Amino acid sequence: MNVSQLVETLNLTIFSGSRGLNKPIAGGYTSDLLSDVMGNAEEGDVWITLQTHKNVMAIAQLKDLAAVVLVKGLKPDADTLVQSEAEGIPLLGTNEPAFDITGKLYKLIANDSGLTISL
Amino acid sequence: MHFTYLITGGNFTHAGHASSQVKRILKQLNVNPVTIKRIVVALYEAEVNVVAHAYRGNIDVDIEPERVLVLITDEGPGIADIELAMKEGYSTASPKVREMGFGAGMGLSNMKKNSDKLIIQSQVGQGTHVELTTFLTQ
Repeated sequence: MNVSQLVETLNLTIFSGSRGLNKPIAGGYTSDLLSDVMGNAEEGDVWITLQTHKNVMAIAQLKDLAAVVLVKGLKPDADTLVQSEAEGIPLLGTNEPAFDITGKLYKLIANDSGLTISL
Repeated sequence: MHFTYLITGGNFTHAGHASSQVKRILKQLNVNPVTIKRIVVALYEAEVNVVAHAYRGNIDVDIEPERVLVLITDEGPGIADIELAMKEGYSTASPKVREMGFGAGMGLSNMKKNSDKLIIQSQVGQGTHVELTTFLTQ
């Protein structure tokens, strides 16, 4: 699954960075603590967060993340958009809260990799 | 190879700039991607610490075939109790910095986990000096 398919399936808004829509998705990470993401997210992850400032894109670039999803209808700061464009890392949005969108992403990735979810 | 970067305290718009440059250089030098990631995580945390706590600082990156040495020196309040500061969850960051998602007390432990040698020296009221060493030989 790539970012573009994710956008379509979960009906996400594309704010910027559409150059990176073909990036493959390896997994996901949900957190609003930047050091937590810095220390624990993996390359190719989709990062789900409520943080909207420019440092989010710095972390996404340093960690080679696939995309960033802002939750609850939050809008990115102007310089966050600029950075996302410059790096070609998609900055996406949803009106859903982090829990809901994380659950959907998890299910998608699990289905995509042929895993059976048992809870 | 030697590179120097300046950091201005309080200026979060440029936080991560030096880390990004160093990442690019290490990539060009064909350093193993896993090693690059570790160096970048440690350096980013150091950079953010200077921005969040100090007045100004500089980063010296020295790359040799067998190791990367990063020196971060700042003028700032210093760290009174380094052992306490190393504890995960401990932070003296301002509420404003915490709202941005920084100041979770994970920075120094990220630096320790992602370097082969970490030395922190600090003088209260003057500043902090950090040495991060990462070995490149497998």
